[in-house]
Amino acid sequence: MEIPMTFYLVVSTVMFFAGVYGFIARKNMLAILISLELMLNSVDLNFVVFNRYLYPEALEGFFFTLFSIGISAAETAIAIAIIINIYRNIKNIQVNNLDKMKY
Amino acid sequence: MELIANQVIFYLLSAIIVVFSILTVTTRRLLRAATYLLFVLFATAGIYFQLDYHFLGAVQVTIYAGGIIVLYVFSILLTSRVGDKADNPAALKIWGGLFAAIAGAGLSLYLILKHQFPQASLQSGEIDMKEIGHALMGFEKYQYILPFEAVSILLLACIIGGIMIARKR
Repeated sequence: MEIPMTFYLVVSTVMFFAGVYGFIARKNMLAILISLELMLNSVDLNFVVFNRYLYPEALEGFFFTLFSIGISAAETAIAIAIIINIYRNIKNIQVNNLDKMKY
Repeated sequence: MELIANQVIFYLLSAIIVVFSILTVTTRRLLRAATYLLFVLFATAGIYFQLDYHFLGAVQVTIYAGGIIVLYVFSILLTSRVGDKADNPAALKIWGGLFAAIAGAGLSLYLILKHQFPQASLQSGEIDMKEIGHALMGFEKYQYILPFEAVSILLLACIIGGIMIARKR
């Protein structure tokens, strides 16, 4: 008996919504970024599983995941550069202290 | 025999993913959150290997586990002291987050389990590396030279942007 496709989808759903919870509840910017990474990763898993189970002769999901990994690396690098710059200016990376540009 | 081993590996990997992704967002120490994220990413790479996408699993391990997590650990160490604990988030935020997560997860799980997917059956077999290379570098339909070049421009812009943003003035 092979593993049904929905099992993979359930796993990636749990991963995604753990990321959603972290994105809303955490205050540290790095923790928010880590939650974002969880969400991106679960979507990658979905692409791969759909590709493998539903369209095994195609490569679309494979390449979407490949490019998505590259883009998330770029996004992380830029976001961390911004966060370190913020830390240099206000010595703190909690989101509720970031109100200098608000008004 | 091989199928049973496959199932055991799958359940192990999915248990790792579920447990550690929840721990990632609930632990109060940032460095531990990054470490748990590393475990989640490794288990995801394991699932890619299990689905016979070996190239993708290798990319996941090298870029995510080797690159991104190192970046996270460095920036965590730069911006907080080791052993710092985050404050408990406000109750409103916790309940809001829990509500959003549980409502969303309930809806998605309901839809996933109810929907009938067409002829979903696993077909094993590794993709030839040559095929991947041709698809990545071709101009035809279902070939990906344009997104490849776009990503290379994006990465260049990202390098320049990272230097510009993070340098000392």
